[in-house]
Amino acid sequence: MTAIAAFTPRPRYRFLLDRSELLGPLFIAPAILYVVVLVALPFFLAIYYSISAFTIYDPSYRFVGAKNFFDVIQSEVFRRTLINTFIFTIGAQIIGLLLGKFAAMLLMQDFPGRGLARALVVLPWAVPVSLATLAWQWMFDSLYSVINWTLIAIGLVNAEHPPQWLGQRDLAMIAVTVVHAWRLFPFGVVIFIAGFTSVPKDVLDAATVDGAGFWRRNYQIILPIIAPIVVIALIFGTVFTFTDLSVVYLLTKGGPINATQVLGSLAFQVGILSGDVAHGAVICLFLFPFLLIAVVFMLRALRRREI
Amino acid sequence: MASVLTIDIRKQFGEVTAVNGVSLEARDGEFMVLLGPSGCGKTTLLRVIAGLEKATSGEVLIGGRVVNELPPRARGIAMVFQSYGLYPHLTVWNNIAFPLRTQGTPREQIRRKVEWASRLLGIDHLAHRRPRQLSGGERQRVALARALVREPTVFLLDEPLSNLDAKLRASARSELKAFQQTVRTATIYVTHDQVEAMGMGDRIAVMDHGTLRQVGSPTEIYEHPADEFVASFLGTPPMNLIERDGGSLGFRPEHFLPKKLLNGFAVQEFQFRVDRMEYLGSERILYGALDGRAAKREVTAKLPAHVALDGISAGAWHPFAVRERELRYFDREGRRPSTDNGEPPP
Repeated sequence: MTAIAAFTPRPRYRFLLDRSELLGPLFIAPAILYVVVLVALPFFLAIYYSISAFTIYDPSYRFVGAKNFFDVIQSEVFRRTLINTFIFTIGAQIIGLLLGKFAAMLLMQDFPGRGLARALVVLPWAVPVSLATLAWQWMFDSLYSVINWTLIAIGLVNAEHPPQWLGQRDLAMIAVTVVHAWRLFPFGVVIFIAGFTSVPKDVLDAATVDGAGFWRRNYQIILPIIAPIVVIALIFGTVFTFTDLSVVYLLTKGGPINATQVLGSLAFQVGILSGDVAHGAVICLFLFPFLLIAVVFMLRALRRREI
Repeated sequence: MASVLTIDIRKQFGEVTAVNGVSLEARDGEFMVLLGPSGCGKTTLLRVIAGLEKATSGEVLIGGRVVNELPPRARGIAMVFQSYGLYPHLTVWNNIAFPLRTQGTPREQIRRKVEWASRLLGIDHLAHRRPRQLSGGERQRVALARALVREPTVFLLDEPLSNLDAKLRASARSELKAFQQTVRTATIYVTHDQVEAMGMGDRIAVMDHGTLRQVGSPTEIYEHPADEFVASFLGTPPMNLIERDGGSLGFRPEHFLPKKLLNGFAVQEFQFRVDRMEYLGSERILYGALDGRAAKREVTAKLPAHVALDGISAGAWHPFAVRERELRYFDREGRRPSTDNGEPPP
């Protein structure tokens, strides 16, 4: 009898952990809840507001159809903003990822203090964006700019008329793009280091024996092999930049005279600060098709490569 | 003439000496196997020959030319790596063509050579596949084809069979040997697998702790090991070593037989206590100890399975013997006296 007693099943709840048909939905539920409440709901809310005349001063719902969309497209500021957003996004990707690649190549080398250098490179990530942008604001300051001081010291610009980084239209656009690229840079470095380490040593040795020099090794072997990782970084960076307003908002508030306005900051200004929720929602929705196209295009490119 | 000659190669990684003064010659058309346990420096030596590592001291000659200062691509070598090192993003065709493109070979010549190499290795139907769509054996052949199109003075192969499963390895072994005999290019083949070494090598160089222990034909290495390391590294089970006058006496398990099987031969007799027996299908391995003789390891005897056991059982003492001519003597340092020809030293 005692032998049989030993086989008595443990209490039922013990087996709960073995039942994947219950545990699966249970574990996925928070993620689905997150997507529904914080992604899907605001998205449909934006569509809902975009076809109304909703403002915070007149919160009654009045259907106006596509009128808001025509308003926005006809606006000079919006078109300027759309172009800015592309310059800002593409410029920051190119500068951030390109510098990230070179820095990653340097940081792959063995040199004393490499650990410290790697830690310093990741720093822009760890610094709060408000604090970092404040520091950049001082560097671009009209009077105390350390950048201008350096340029004057090496004789590249005239001390009488130093560039007004945040006051001239084109320079202000360059400034916000550079600051955002600086934020993307550590991400680029980490991605490229991860990519470089993932290339099998045998493949590199084979390329060396096969007679591939530095350029051929880098651009015909290593880059194609790590392309999937780089594309993922590019998608992430693009989405992150396209929707970002923090750098622009903190550095220039979209000025001078809307010269650095991007979709995110314009939507914030119109929809929240000015209270015109309906037009703000329309501007936000313009992000969506561009992002969708970008993501689909890059994921397809990735699949075609599939290595 | 020597295709590859290394003169007193030393390679140091910080405090660690990976290769410690190796002088080795691989002759024209020869299949030379570098054999040794992992970490013995054989792969490092191969990489020094390839130019992927720079020797701390010593000289490497390929085709009679000192190549110490030449980059790998200028040394006239081709190398096949342990995991093949195929370019994952290129098709088989482009993988094979890659070394020719880097040399700026004319397009038409590239086409001819790639087709010739793929046909020779029977992979011409795979030209448009990518490496990940190939089996292990096919990958290995692509790697060989890529090495072949360079028409090197010497092939350097770094454990190219270790990624194949056991069955495929056996067939790949004979294919590789046949391939080498077809192209007749000197080959240096690194392995830790004694079966590969014995089966493929024209000559075997046994390495341990960065030094060369013995160079010779498979028969020489097996029958006349130069020292106790070589004696106990080769053979499964390895050579029995029992103590004798400070040195030791060695004999192969397959020569250690029941005494009555050796009637009429000059033999040395031992009382063998059989502790346990293993039946392996084609043979039996008997494990045990000798009467009054200290052994370095458990003593083993290997009997063909068709030999009747005739009452031999575990736990009992049995008269066993070894023919005098199969005994090997090692001195205090574990080496064999150079005059040794099977006779016990005076």
